[in-house]
Amino acid sequence: MFSKTVETLSVWIIPLMIALIPLWALYKRVPIYDTFIKGAKEGVGVGLRIIPYLVAILIAIGMFRASGAIDLLAEVLDPVLSLIGMPVDVLPLAIIRPLSGSGALGITSEIASQYGGDSYMARLAAVMTGSSETTLYVIAVYFGAVGVTKVRHALAAGLIADLAATLAALFISQMMLL
Amino acid sequence: MFGYIWLFFIISAVIIGGATGNIAAVGQAAIDSARLAVEIVISLIGIMALWLGIMKLAEASGLIELIAKLIKPITKKLFPDVPPEHPAIGNIAMNVSANSLGVTNAATPIGIKAMKELQSLNKNKNTATNAMCTFLAINTAGVQLVPASIIAVLAAAGAKNPMVIIGPTILATGIALITAIIAVKLLERRF
Repeated sequence: MFSKTVETLSVWIIPLMIALIPLWALYKRVPIYDTFIKGAKEGVGVGLRIIPYLVAILIAIGMFRASGAIDLLAEVLDPVLSLIGMPVDVLPLAIIRPLSGSGALGITSEIASQYGGDSYMARLAAVMTGSSETTLYVIAVYFGAVGVTKVRHALAAGLIADLAATLAALFISQMMLL
Repeated sequence: MFGYIWLFFIISAVIIGGATGNIAAVGQAAIDSARLAVEIVISLIGIMALWLGIMKLAEASGLIELIAKLIKPITKKLFPDVPPEHPAIGNIAMNVSANSLGVTNAATPIGIKAMKELQSLNKNKNTATNAMCTFLAINTAGVQLVPASIIAVLAAAGAKNPMVIIGPTILATGIALITAIIAVKLLERRF
């Protein structure tokens, strides 16, 4: 019921926003077309401005993934993490989640097809992927768009949140899905 | 700090890639990723233009200010350095709502708009403010009510009941959000 409502809402929200916001602006006597174009121009500028930041972050992540470092890290961390019941197969997922959204979805998809869509492993991977964000990408894009290069504690806080999300996903899945 | 982490990824990629015989793939990945970055931006520019156009209308018509007023009790605590009716607050609220509903392609442009508004309050333009870090911490916690793309992945693998992950996901992401806020508030005094 709840998920159905949210699903319907997420289908309607885009067309409704695109229709109702200009309508409201018209009612408020805003010159709607000129204002939209002014904002849209900003969008184009922002897109071009983030290219160098995105290139920088994506090459570092791309090289790291291609080197096999994630499998190595998973091997090193496995003895510690098996103590808290984290299966070795989802460990690379936990490592890749803050780095690459498409990478995380890819691993989730692999685990799901290997163990079956209704398996505990697939569900655990799904909860881990769904409960966090691609921290490094968000930081690079958002700060890049405004030209901030000294990100201070944003990165540390984001990674702490990712760690909390991973552990929470693990324990909650053990309680609710196992 | 970001620069060091960046270099750490690259150096460890070269060392590990060299040791595991993956060095050719590492070099290729650098080239491919650079191309991918531009492909992502190209596909994003139109969407950015759309949403920043719509948000400009929302701002000019006073809608953003209205939203900012509504959530003032919360944002006063989270963003004490930002005037409660500043457009930044309204944009932050819109970004968080878009993310929670899974409308990711609207969330990014609106989030960037929020960052631009926060930057207008920033005295030291190349350094992040406390408000920026708090906003990003909330954002990277990834609050999402319906993780649609992941449900689709489970369904594609033959899941009969992929919706069971919604409850646990909301709980886990809620814990991540609370942790993020506590962490960012504790850390802002040290950095």
